[in-house]
Amino acid sequence: MRTVRIANGQGFWGDSLAAPGAQVRGGDIDYLTLDYLAEITMSVLRKQQERDPDAGYATDFIVMMSEILQECMDKDIKVVANAGGINPLGCGQALLDLAAEIGVTGLRVGIVTGDDVMGDLDRLRGEGVELTNLDTGESFETIADRLASANAYIGAEPIARALAEGANVVITGRCTDPALVLGPLMYEMGWAWDDWDRLAAGTIAGHVIECGAQATGGSFQGAWQDVPDLAHVGYPIVEVGDDGTFVVTKHPGTGGLVTSATVSEQLLYELGDPTTYLSPDVTADFTGVELRQVGDDRVEVSGARGRPPTDSLKVSMAYPDGFRASALITYAWPDAVKKAKAADGILRTRLEELDLDFRDIHTALVGYDSVHGTLTPAAQPSEVVLRVSVLADEKHVVRRFAKEIAPLVMGPPGCTGLLASGRGQPSQVMAYWPTLIPKTAVDPQVVVKENK
Amino acid sequence: MKRLVDIAHAKSGDKGDSVNIGLIARDRSDYVLLEREVTAERVARHFAGICLGEVRRYELPKLGALNFVLTSALGGGGTTSLRVDAQGKAMGEALLLMEIDD
Repeated sequence: MRTVRIANGQGFWGDSLAAPGAQVRGGDIDYLTLDYLAEITMSVLRKQQERDPDAGYATDFIVMMSEILQECMDKDIKVVANAGGINPLGCGQALLDLAAEIGVTGLRVGIVTGDDVMGDLDRLRGEGVELTNLDTGESFETIADRLASANAYIGAEPIARALAEGANVVITGRCTDPALVLGPLMYEMGWAWDDWDRLAAGTIAGHVIECGAQATGGSFQGAWQDVPDLAHVGYPIVEVGDDGTFVVTKHPGTGGLVTSATVSEQLLYELGDPTTYLSPDVTADFTGVELRQVGDDRVEVSGARGRPPTDSLKVSMAYPDGFRASALITYAWPDAVKKAKAADGILRTRLEELDLDFRDIHTALVGYDSVHGTLTPAAQPSEVVLRVSVLADEKHVVRRFAKEIAPLVMGPPGCTGLLASGRGQPSQVMAYWPTLIPKTAVDPQVVVKENK
Repeated sequence: MKRLVDIAHAKSGDKGDSVNIGLIARDRSDYVLLEREVTAERVARHFAGICLGEVRRYELPKLGALNFVLTSALGGGGTTSLRVDAQGKAMGEALLLMEIDD
């Protein structure tokens, strides 16, 4: 039976720089997929492009490709990455420039555009599309005048199209994470675009590897102590058969672990209603999925079911939403918690008397109850970090907050001074606004550029 | 009485201001116990004051797992939440503190 081997070498921007090379060199793969775009990454890229119009894509991708591009060409490993961010054409050009610089020839870069719907919103609103916040139900009017970016999650079809046009590397902007895997499968297997069960299987295969080492023992809650050699953790690979059944594995000799338990955690990660996993390509149902350990570090996944997708596309928008800062101060034994709480009380009294307009002030005692809150099992730590964070519409308000931190050293004793970057410098908040638009509003384009 | 941490593992992640927690039986035979004891109501009580919205439960018996979605649970979520665990990465561990009858 025909099998396509698709590897993930990057689960998020900032993930291991060594992982893509290890996937290329550790054994046979047909595709290397690289996922750079978390929900909030687009807003970070938007900030960068405001400073430099040529920026706005994952620059780490170009650095990383300089190490593996020739090898991928030699071994005919195709690379599919959403590294384009909000500037896929710029990213594609940077890759072509790199190829010219290091002497790689014959590169065909497929660039997928069309996810940027910023210029279409006025027309869509005129046609009655409300752009209401999908999570909160808020009206788009509240952010219409300060929108910074708007990108639709596009599906697997343009990726498959780019591969059909001979691309060795496909660069997209915002697309669904599983599309990075489903696109190659559709191209390789020639599955029909209404073969819902296979589309669901390919989507679930993409979901399993989209977070990199989280499928292979990274951040494994089940028994993290028993995961071997996480320092050299192997990133996940799916071996997908023509019936859609796939095996999750990793290269031999690498660290980490592939068991039903590690794969289960990743299957459930960021999952809503398991009968209705929405994507532009298919609505997938996870409830029939079964896992079977078929060898060491090999788990077979079967039973995916699918049905037609909805008529909508999800759009992620970013908009500036005030400023925030955090200050960190360490307090030592004895009575570390009491001292930190006293300092927090002093700070809050002073902030109140300044009569500033904060949207939110949040105090956390790191090392005590900052994560589990009221559920924290009782214990008295020998030291604790006071973390006070604020959010405000105006930058000067957050700056004024920062001025109140250093004087706290004359509050309760046992304060060791401020932790690095703990002085509360303001940073702008880019907030996220999810919404829906009609699928017909987006027409993804593919251009293939060649370096001869 | 036993704690969930003794019979299950969990994974949590965010979507905006919502968090989902996948709860997986370590031994498949304990799934029935999870299904009986770890109701949406119990989870809502466990996270009282932390989850300000509602709790929905979904069953995945073939994986020996339950999936919970907690709305308004991350202090605003995303980039505007001031919480240390703004993305709810440790909410799975917090669920494992729950005690159930066996």
